[in-house]
Amino acid sequence: MQFPILSVIVFTPIIAGILILLIPGERKTEIRVAALAAATFAMLLSVWAYFSYDVSAAGYQFVEKYAWLPQLGISYHVGIDGMSVPLVMLTGIVMFTGVLISWGIDDRPREFFAFLFILATGVFGVFVTLDLFMLFFFYEIAVFPMYLLISIWGWKETREYAAMKLTLYLFIGSMVALIGALAMYFVAGMNSFDMLELERAGFSAAFQKVAFPFVFFGFAVLGGIFPFHNWSPDGHVAAPTAVSMFHAGVLMKLGAFAALRVGIMLLPEGAKFHMPWIILLTLVNVVYGAFIASVQTDFKYVIGFSSVSHMGLVAMGFATLNHQGLLGAGVQMFSHGVMTALFFAVVGMVYDRAHTREIPRLGGFRKVMPLVALAFIVGGLVSMGMPGFSGFIAEFPIFMGVWGRQPWIAIVAAISIVITASYIIRIITKVFFSPMPEEFEGHVGDVTVLDKAALVLLSAILIVIGVYPSIMVPLVESGVNNILRLLGGA
Amino acid sequence: MELVSNHLLTFILFSPVAAAVIIALLPRDQENLIRWTAFILSFIPLGFSIALWLGFSSATPGFQFQEQAVWYAPINSSYHVGVDGISLTMVLLTTLLTPLAILASFSITDRVKSYMALFFLLEMGLLGVFLTLDLLLFFVFWEFGLVPMYFLINQWGSEKGEREIWGGRKVSARAYASFKFMIYTMAGSLGLLLAIQMIGVVAGTFDLPQLYAAWPALDQPLFGMSISTVKSIAFWAFVIAFAIKVPVWPFHTWLPDAHTEAPTAGSMILAGVLLKLGAYGFLRLVLPLYPAESKAYAGALGLLAVLAIIFGALASYGQTDFKRLVAYSSVNHMGFVVLGIAAAAFAMGTENATIALNGAVLQMFNHGLSAAAMFFLVGVIYERTHTRNLNDYGGLFPLVPVYGGILIFTSMASLGLPGLNGFISEFLVVRGSWPILTVYTALAMIGLFLTGAYILKGIKMVLHGPLNEKWAGHISEISAREIVVIAPLMVLMLWIGVWPAWILNVINRAVEMLF
Repeated sequence: MQFPILSVIVFTPIIAGILILLIPGERKTEIRVAALAAATFAMLLSVWAYFSYDVSAAGYQFVEKYAWLPQLGISYHVGIDGMSVPLVMLTGIVMFTGVLISWGIDDRPREFFAFLFILATGVFGVFVTLDLFMLFFFYEIAVFPMYLLISIWGWKETREYAAMKLTLYLFIGSMVALIGALAMYFVAGMNSFDMLELERAGFSAAFQKVAFPFVFFGFAVLGGIFPFHNWSPDGHVAAPTAVSMFHAGVLMKLGAFAALRVGIMLLPEGAKFHMPWIILLTLVNVVYGAFIASVQTDFKYVIGFSSVSHMGLVAMGFATLNHQGLLGAGVQMFSHGVMTALFFAVVGMVYDRAHTREIPRLGGFRKVMPLVALAFIVGGLVSMGMPGFSGFIAEFPIFMGVWGRQPWIAIVAAISIVITASYIIRIITKVFFSPMPEEFEGHVGDVTVLDKAALVLLSAILIVIGVYPSIMVPLVESGVNNILRLLGGA
Repeated sequence: MELVSNHLLTFILFSPVAAAVIIALLPRDQENLIRWTAFILSFIPLGFSIALWLGFSSATPGFQFQEQAVWYAPINSSYHVGVDGISLTMVLLTTLLTPLAILASFSITDRVKSYMALFFLLEMGLLGVFLTLDLLLFFVFWEFGLVPMYFLINQWGSEKGEREIWGGRKVSARAYASFKFMIYTMAGSLGLLLAIQMIGVVAGTFDLPQLYAAWPALDQPLFGMSISTVKSIAFWAFVIAFAIKVPVWPFHTWLPDAHTEAPTAGSMILAGVLLKLGAYGFLRLVLPLYPAESKAYAGALGLLAVLAIIFGALASYGQTDFKRLVAYSSVNHMGFVVLGIAAAAFAMGTENATIALNGAVLQMFNHGLSAAAMFFLVGVIYERTHTRNLNDYGGLFPLVPVYGGILIFTSMASLGLPGLNGFISEFLVVRGSWPILTVYTALAMIGLFLTGAYILKGIKMVLHGPLNEKWAGHISEISAREIVVIAPLMVLMLWIGVWPAWILNVINRAVEMLF
């Protein structure tokens, strides 16, 4: 029997989380080491899955299928294709680096890591599952621990508010999506939640047009689509660093990915009907998000809104429904995940030492933490779409895809590049290079070796993909071809 | 050796990256070790490009030393490099100026390691633009070069000076200049980026030799507009991006700030090579991809060139800051490059066009030499006096006779004195453009007269007149290291001035192939 790599990846975190709960709470070092070991194991497996995926064969690989509740047509069915493989690896990487930079958490680390790992299982599960019911199951597992993580370990000023807002938004979103999904189940009448079978259900165009908005927007809320993006910056800011990394780095991709897999892939006719106006919403995401980010004074809010802008590009790539746009969106999900994890890690490191995130009050951190400055510059260049970094590799095809649909949208969206560049440069010069205020002089030290390891890993990924895109794009392209097949070669 | 000769361009392009990595691995506090390592390593790309020059056959048409490898297959962009006479000249200029600029940077004491590593990355970005034959990679390198330059200006630029920005907030002049440089150029490149995307979507490839054949021949309507409208818009998107870089009046306002605030070596590369990227863009992309539009709008381009020549010279004359004076002179000199290109675009294929274009390319090379030399000389005097204000100098000739001689020599090359390099190229441009754009060329001659005026003003206020007593005994003669920096430039200026055939042969063949 083939090694069940996907099941091992999915259940490693939750099992590790339960085992960690068994360790006595005061033995904090053991807890951290156990967490790191589990995270390393999951990451290595996800990297292994990435590199052993056979691009030339394409399709769903490492498939496992067991009946779960056959009376209702629910099965435990997992498998990954070119779209989900990079996201599984992304989750592994963010989990690993998240544990590394959370080493210093002193308030109940046992419960913190346990909740974080339960969340990770949910995320892995959504990316690998091929069963619609299971997808919802894992989706809720991913959303629920977020509430506790933010409201217990979050920023004292806004954590209750943000946790409540985020959870309500996402629950409502998933309820709306569930309505659409149940409708699909009953209309198909195949007594099956298996998505590969639902793909062949032959839904009528009229049904698809009605059901598509439910499913797409229900999930896209988590992807931060305008006008339902409002929860995301508040949530990012209130969350502790590792949770922000997870949240912006992986969770938002969860929404986008589910919207793609359930919305676009199962209801292609609905997608074709609605996308011409949805692309306008994504344009608002991209440009408005960048503008709002540029006027923030709180370091973390800048990054939060920049995520709204960048995730807008993912949705825009989806909305083109063509080869280049989907390809770019696939790469952008990975690239943005790594970049934003890097950003939130840096913000957390600065905040831990300065105890403020007000940009005008910060300055001179290059001198005490040169590597952090360098990592932020790399992330910043990715964010502004600088060629030679992964952001360019992702955004360029998205724009090409938009040219194939609505040329003027590409032209308007391009404004966001300059706005992003201007606020990123402003932050780099102010936070890292301007003279250091006296209050920090002598009180602020460098980051730990673990922090540095996390930053180096994340930065290296961004550069490698930027310089040599062939390490990822053929993989994503194989996934895109499958989507295009469902769309009827459009 | 087989490996090197088969992948010569790849070695030229990436040896600076290897150098940057080596520099990054050296210990931070060994500053002299870092300096000398950087200096020695910078000869590797130069050595490769001299080998390239010697191996290049000027009789063979088309691109030579081509290499192609997979880069971004799903959108049909590949790592495709190759050189013709135009890019070969520019590659030689870049690799020649880099060791000199690094030697000129020996006086840098703050964070030497990061400085040198950034310098090599900058060299890579510049070489990439000249070497690539893929439209997407062209843009990649085009933008990438901005990053190291931004940090060189922002971190190692002149420490004095403040600028008031919106809301009365004061920022240091170098922060202002570097931000303006970055945003101006990025915003200017947006149109280029969009046009490249559009071409990629329509043509389905980014490979330049394929696009040369496919894009100008395209004749069906696009996006609900006639093909000529689409092409005209794309043409102007290209032109604006390149005009900002050249810079052509009225897109030049970033230049005086960036040049003035950059560290000496940064100004040398900025004026010596970075400005050529814009002109190179015209030659490599605009003329071959948009022959019809280039011809149609050549008059407008020629007018802007003439205005750049005249206004650049007038602005230069009006400066009291020595470095700003030299900075504006770049606007003036690069105007001749654009004039030559405009004339050639208007009368493509004629003998006059070929002459004008030969002049334009040679002027790119010559301005690279003389502007780098002038900025270096400004840096030399600034390090001794800590002022750039021309009114603070005066009568320095007796104190620094060798420096004075070198300054006069270089200024004369810049002014276009027969026997030195500037004369050859400007004469070729004027000779070629005269029958094509007669009025503009005649007006450009006024600019040439004004060039003489501001150069002489510079010499007069620094070297001649009554001695400003405060410098007596406080100012030292140009050092041996500094002479080593300037000497190769002076040799080339004289050599091209006396016997230009060695370089014109290479350029001429490529220029004839453009049409």
